[in-house]
Amino acid sequence: MSTQENKVTFSRRNFLRASALASGGIMIGFNLFTACKPNVKPSVDVENLNFNDFNAFIKISKEGYVTIYSPNPEIGQGVKTSMPMIIAEELDVDWDKVHVVQAPLDTKNYTRQLAGGSGSIRVSWPVLRQTGATAKQMLINAAAVKWGVDAATCSASKGIITNEKGETLGYGEVVNEAATLEVPEDVTLKKPSEFSIIGKSATNVDLEKIVTGEPLFGLDYKEEGMLYASVVRPPSFGQELESYDATEAKKISGVVDVITIGEKARNFIESGKTNWTFKLTKTDKVVVLAKNTWGAIKGAKAIKATWKDNSELEDTKLHDEKLTSLLEANDLDVRREDGNVKKAFKEADKVIERTYHSPFLPHNCMEPMNFFANVTSEKVHLVGPTQTPEFVARVAAEIIGCDLEQVHVEMTRMGGGFGRRLYGDFVYEALEISDKIKKPVKMVSTREDDVISGTYRPAIKYRIAASIKEGKITGYHLKEAAINDNMYGLVPHFFPAGCIPNYKVSTGNYKSNISTGAWRAPYTNFLGYAEQCFFDELAQELEIDPVQLRLNLLENVKDTKDEKIQYSGKRMQDTIRLAAEKGGWGKAKEGVYQGFSAYYSHNTHVAEVAEVELKEGVPVVTKVVAAVDCGIVVNPTGAKNQVVGGVIDGIGHAMYGNLTFNEGKPSSRNFDNYRLIRINETPKVEVHFVENEIAPTGLGEPGLPPAGGAVANAIHKALGKRLYKQPFIEELKSNIQG
Amino acid sequence: MPNYTLKINGKSVSFIADADTPLLWVLRDELDMVGTKFGCGIAQCGACTVHVDGTAMRSCQLQVSTLENEEITTIEGLSAEGNHPLQEAWKEVDVPQCGYCQTGQIMTAASFLKENPNPSKEEIREAMQGNICRCAAYNRIEKAVALAADKMS
Ligand code: FES
Ligand code: FES
Repeated sequence: MSTQENKVTFSRRNFLRASALASGGIMIGFNLFTACKPNVKPSVDVENLNFNDFNAFIKISKEGYVTIYSPNPEIGQGVKTSMPMIIAEELDVDWDKVHVVQAPLDTKNYTRQLAGGSGSIRVSWPVLRQTGATAKQMLINAAAVKWGVDAATCSASKGIITNEKGETLGYGEVVNEAATLEVPEDVTLKKPSEFSIIGKSATNVDLEKIVTGEPLFGLDYKEEGMLYASVVRPPSFGQELESYDATEAKKISGVVDVITIGEKARNFIESGKTNWTFKLTKTDKVVVLAKNTWGAIKGAKAIKATWKDNSELEDTKLHDEKLTSLLEANDLDVRREDGNVKKAFKEADKVIERTYHSPFLPHNCMEPMNFFANVTSEKVHLVGPTQTPEFVARVAAEIIGCDLEQVHVEMTRMGGGFGRRLYGDFVYEALEISDKIKKPVKMVSTREDDVISGTYRPAIKYRIAASIKEGKITGYHLKEAAINDNMYGLVPHFFPAGCIPNYKVSTGNYKSNISTGAWRAPYTNFLGYAEQCFFDELAQELEIDPVQLRLNLLENVKDTKDEKIQYSGKRMQDTIRLAAEKGGWGKAKEGVYQGFSAYYSHNTHVAEVAEVELKEGVPVVTKVVAAVDCGIVVNPTGAKNQVVGGVIDGIGHAMYGNLTFNEGKPSSRNFDNYRLIRINETPKVEVHFVENEIAPTGLGEPGLPPAGGAVANAIHKALGKRLYKQPFIEELKSNIQG
Repeated sequence: MPNYTLKINGKSVSFIADADTPLLWVLRDELDMVGTKFGCGIAQCGACTVHVDGTAMRSCQLQVSTLENEEITTIEGLSAEGNHPLQEAWKEVDVPQCGYCQTGQIMTAASFLKENPNPSKEEIREAMQGNICRCAAYNRIEKAVALAADKMS
C-alpha cells in the first residue's frame, strides 16, 4: 500500500460553498465526506446554507473573528483541536483568534462522523487543507477586486491581505465581498516547511472549561422537566426478564414511575434490519424514572426482578476450552498464506510454538454510559456522548419509525470512549424510554451497570509457530481463536507479513452470547503483545539481538510488490532505530532490564523500549521510550499525550485487566474488584516522532499494542520468566508473594 | 423530603433532598454544579472529590444530612477566576485528555498541597493514587502538581 499523499482528487464545487451571513461576514460550509468521493453531488441549497448540507464550517465575522465548527466527535483524542488547526494553517490566521465549536450531526450527507480507528485526521487531512486554502484565496480575490488589482499580486498571512503597494486589508474587511465571489477551483497549498500552526503545540480547546468544572460532558447535560432513568438489565448474559415487583421501588422518594422497555429493540431485531452499532438483545428491561439521579439509582436497587435463562450461561472455563479446541483443530479460516508453511515446518531444524491468552476487558470509560432523549411527534432529540452519531441517528429513525430528518443528534464531550461509545445500545435505551413516556429523559448508568452490560474486548488466544532452519526463520503460522469475531481484514497484512517467505494467518471463533465489540486498537491490542513476545523468544533462540532481528526481517519487505502489505518496511526500521537510540537500547544501567517491541497499526508505526526494575523482587515498570511514525505531527503536545496515554493504558490492562464470567455473570462490577492502573504504578513515558513530510495518520490507538510486549520482554530479562497470559499480575503472583 | 442549608463555596444554599442523598448528586442535580463528577459511587475513583473544611473527601460518600455546619468547597469555588495555581499548572502542562477525571484530580491535589507544600515526586504519586484517570494522563498530573507546588512556594 502506498502510504504517500492521499491520491483522491476532488472538485471544490462539490464540497464547498460560501454564503453571506445576515449579520455580516461569511460562512463557508464544506463536506468532508462528499469531498472524498468525487462523484457524489451533495444536495446543497446555497441560499439556505445549514448544518444539513455540510458537516463543517468556517465562519469569519466582519470583525475578523474566525469560528471553526469541528465535525468529529471528541473522545479525548484531540481532534477537536487538531482538525481546526489544519484549517487555520491553510486559511492563514492566528491560532489565538480562532474559536472552535463542536458541530452537531449532519444526518443527511455524510459518512464518517465517527471517532474510531484513529482515522479522523488521516481521512480529512487533504480536505481540511483544501478548504482552508480555498477560503484564503476567496478572501484574497475579494481584496483584489476592492483594490482593482490582480489577485496574483496579493498575498495573505495571519489574517491580513497585502498588495504590491503594501496596502493591507484584514480578512474581516472583505468577508462580505468574498461571500459573493465564485469559489476558486485552483488553490495552492502550503509546503510543510511553511507551516506555522501545524507542528506547533496547541492546547486542548476545552482546557479552561475542564479545569473549572463547567458543563461539557453527556452526564452534565440537562433540560427543563427532564426525568432521570436507571435501567435494570439482566444480571447474566443468557437471561431475560420473567417478572418484577416495583412496590418497594415506588416508595422511594423522587421515583415517579417504573416501566419496562424492550419492545422497540425486539421489533428492530425481528424486522431483520441490522446495524453494527445495535447491540441490544430481545429482553425486556425494567426502568425506574425519577426526579433525580439518586432516586433513580436507589429505585433500581429496590426492584425485585426474576430472570429466566434463554440460552447457556457461559463461564470463563467454557471459553478457555472452546478457544483451545479451535486452536487444536485444523479447520481455521486461512486469511493470508505466502509460500508453503507446511513444507517449511517439515524441513525445519526446529519449530517453536507458543500460545498467548487474553481475557475479556470492559472499557470502563471514566464517564459511565448515559444519553439524553426527547421524543415528540415532531422530532427526536438526542444529546450525549457518542462516537457514531450518524449511525445512531439512522437506527433511531428506524426504531421510532420517523424520517431521518426528524432526528437531531448533538454530541457532547465524552469522558473517554475507547470503542465503547461506538455502540448505540445506551442511546437506544434512552430513546425507547422517552418514546414510551413522551418526556425528556436522561438514561444514567452506574459503574456497575456499565461493567455488567458492556461490549467487551473479547477473550482471544493466539498460537504462533515458527520454523527455524540454518539460523533463519523460514516459516510462520499465526492462529487466532476469538470469542464472536476475528481480526479485521487488514490485520493479516500487518508486520511481520511479507518478512517471512512461508507465512500463514488463520482464524476461527466461538459464538458467545456475551456482547463484545471494539476496544482501543481492536485485535492488535493483544496481537501486538503476543507477536512481539514471540519475537523476543525467537531472538533468544537464534542468539541475535531482538532489535537486530526485527531490522533484519524488515529488510525482506522493503521492496515488496505486494499491495496488500499495510506497513512500510523502511518506516518501521526507522522507527525501530529511533526507539533503540532514544531508549538507550542495550545500555541499561545495572539493575535495569529492557524489553523491546515494535508494531504497526492504524497506519502508524510504533516501537517501544520498556524498562523494568525489581523492587523487593517485584518487577516495576519505570520507563518507556516510544518512537512513532505518524507522518506529519499536527499538534505535537496532543500527539504526545495520545501516545503516552496509549502506552500506559496498554501496560495497565496487560498488568491488571481481567474480566471473568461465572454462570453468565461478570465477576467484577466496580473499581473495588476491577483494577485499573494508578498514578503510583505508572512509568515515565517519553515519546519521539520520526520526522517526515508524509500525510498524518492516527494516534489514538497505535501506541497501545506494542506496550504489553515491551514490558513482558523486560520482565523476562529481569526474572527469566515468560508471560503468556494477561493479566500479568496473576502470572507474577508467585514472584510478588515469594 | 427535608430541607437543608449547606455552606458551599462560601455561600449558603438551601434545597430539598432525601437525608441519605450523597452530596455528589445534590451538587449535580439540585444545584447545577456539575464540575464534581460521578465515576464509581463507592469511594474508589476520586472523580467526585470536594473539600470539607479544607480536606479532600469523596462526595459520593457524604450524605447531605451530615454536612450542615461544614464548609464545603467544590471545583467551582476553588478559585474566583479559575486561576488557582493548580488550575494554572494544569493548563500550562495541558494535562487533560478526555478531561472527565480532572476536577477530582485538582481537588485532591489542592488539599494535598495545603498539607505538604513541598512534596517529593514519590509523595505526589502516593497522594494522588486514589484518583483514577482512565485516559492515563498520570505523567502530566504528576508534573502539574509539582509545578503548582513551585508556583505556590
Ligand atoms: S464517584 Fe466518588 S470516588 Fe468515585
Ligand atoms: S482525562 Fe480522561 S479520565 Fe482522566
